[in-house]
Amino acid sequence: MKNIILEAQTLNKYFYEPTQFQVLKDVSFKAYQGEFLTLIGKSGSGKSTLLYLLSTMDTDYTGNLWIDKEKVTGLKQDTLAQIRNEKIGFVFQFHYLLPEFSCLKNVMIPALKLGQYSYEEIEQQAYQKLKILDLQDQALKPASKLSGGQQQRVAIARALINHPKIIMGDEPTGNLDSKNTRIVFDIFKQLSVEFGQTIIAVTHDNDFAKASDRIIEMQDGMIIS
Amino acid sequence: MKKSTKVVYNHHINSNIAVTYIISNKKLTLVAALGVTIGIAIFIFMNSMAKGFDKSSAAAIFKTVPHIRIYKDAQISRNLLPENYHNTIPLIINPKIVAQSPNIINPKKIIETLQQQPDVTIVTSEVNTDIFINSGKTQIRGVAMGVDIKQADKMFNISSFVVDGQLNDLEKYPNGIFIGVGLADKMSLKKGDYIQVNSSKGISKSMKILGLFQTNNSNVDKKQTYIHINTARQLLAESNDYVSDIYVNINDYDHPETYAKRFGKLTGYVAEDWKTANATLMAASNMRRIIISFISLSILIVAGFGIYNILNMTIMQKINDIAILKAMGFKGKDVVRIFVQQALLIGILGIIIGLIAATLLISRLQHVYIGGDIGYFPVHYEPTMYIRGIIFGFIVTFLSGYIPAKKAANVDPVAILRK
Repeated sequence: MKNIILEAQTLNKYFYEPTQFQVLKDVSFKAYQGEFLTLIGKSGSGKSTLLYLLSTMDTDYTGNLWIDKEKVTGLKQDTLAQIRNEKIGFVFQFHYLLPEFSCLKNVMIPALKLGQYSYEEIEQQAYQKLKILDLQDQALKPASKLSGGQQQRVAIARALINHPKIIMGDEPTGNLDSKNTRIVFDIFKQLSVEFGQTIIAVTHDNDFAKASDRIIEMQDGMIIS
Repeated sequence: MKKSTKVVYNHHINSNIAVTYIISNKKLTLVAALGVTIGIAIFIFMNSMAKGFDKSSAAAIFKTVPHIRIYKDAQISRNLLPENYHNTIPLIINPKIVAQSPNIINPKKIIETLQQQPDVTIVTSEVNTDIFINSGKTQIRGVAMGVDIKQADKMFNISSFVVDGQLNDLEKYPNGIFIGVGLADKMSLKKGDYIQVNSSKGISKSMKILGLFQTNNSNVDKKQTYIHINTARQLLAESNDYVSDIYVNINDYDHPETYAKRFGKLTGYVAEDWKTANATLMAASNMRRIIISFISLSILIVAGFGIYNILNMTIMQKINDIAILKAMGFKGKDVVRIFVQQALLIGILGIIIGLIAATLLISRLQHVYIGGDIGYFPVHYEPTMYIRGIIFGFIVTFLSGYIPAKKAANVDPVAILRK
């Protein structure tokens, strides 16, 4: 019996610019603890839009959404921010590190915001995460001085720091060469298997998707498989 | 891996980010801070200057004018019956000034009463009269101030502008007189000369010039003379307790109006404060104050726009950071705090440099010689202006940080992250 970590029920979303257009049509699905899920589909199929709804950042939709058995539909922005801080980690196509800070500090920021551990403990944990991603030598360098692949790995370390239940990726390997893509995939696999974290990633890379636990394919705003 | 969701630590991550932004953007920080600096420095400097002007012009006035003057006003006779009294025919009479001496009755009692009032520092009585001064064939109209020497000296500090002779000599020589340098020049008189003084009552006295004074107000120097109060009474052919004016000085000379009102009620005579007596001068000073406040405030506001622009620019540069921070769980108010703190830190830096700059400007100007009766430029360190400058500086930097920060807080992370 697997735990349901995220559940979407008849999600509908419209775009109003330039003309009214339904991007998501009655999307319902469940994601389980420790599952490595990939969302695929052609451009404009609504997969990215769906991911941002699931991330709680986009609240302009109808339907219901539960994360970790808590209904998040209709909650206030500040409450949602708290939930994201605690339960969701993000990896984007472009690294989006804060360039003024060192790699270590970038990884620490979400944990410093959450405030569950002391500064020293957080520093220790961040260093551990960087070590897992083979970046311990780069820890004190400014984020802007790293290569693209290294920056993406720092972003993954940052997504892991608060031990989130779900890690969401928007084309996490979209900007990487095949070697770095391999590394990122292995990390995701390891996280889902060893730590029971759920991965939900939007991707264009069919090889990447095929190697995951489950593929959700979208077309014209609907799940087709 | 079980963990409690209780938040235990506050790592001040918002301040941390604000400080990092400031440190990693030193040039921008400095430019923004310099905007505040200039605004604050000019604000404090100009307002201190205005205050200095006010003080120096008040000091010039108080050489000859008391804070409050109590005297008897001439009265106009009134109809005995009011008009339309029981349908009677009104009696027409010409209103005339009642023939009364301007004597203040029982001045000793009034002075004693006034001295017991709170905030009153000096009370003195005077007998003032118009005189004609004759020397040889020239005749000049002047004013004789019959003074109680010790008290008057305390009030107006007459000794400080006596340029020749000893003021106390007036006590020893009942027929002595002190005249202004302007008058002495006009009639080519010097200390030790004798002049003929005629009063309006036709009494004539030969008086010895005991000394000269110079107030640098040419009107006063050309007309005014000081004599002993008893000599003035003799010139008016009045008794020994005759007093025409009672002068009162108070602690809070900037607000004499309420005191004047009270003293008027207390004594039953007219009490006129120095601001009313010098209404033109006060109007000019008020206008000066308004102009200077207006200019200095506009400079401060312009400085505010400077910081606003710079912060607005920083926020536009940081829009990716803001989006990612919001994605990671920073709330709108966290974003506001980050940028408002950044603005306030810039403000504090600018204010500190501004205070130093204002102090330097003031200390420099204090050593500029103007000449005339002003001497050195009348500008002082005014603590109230410093405090006002600090408060205005904070208000301006807060607003110019808060407005763009509020905008940053409303950034939609999805719109940025999906680009």
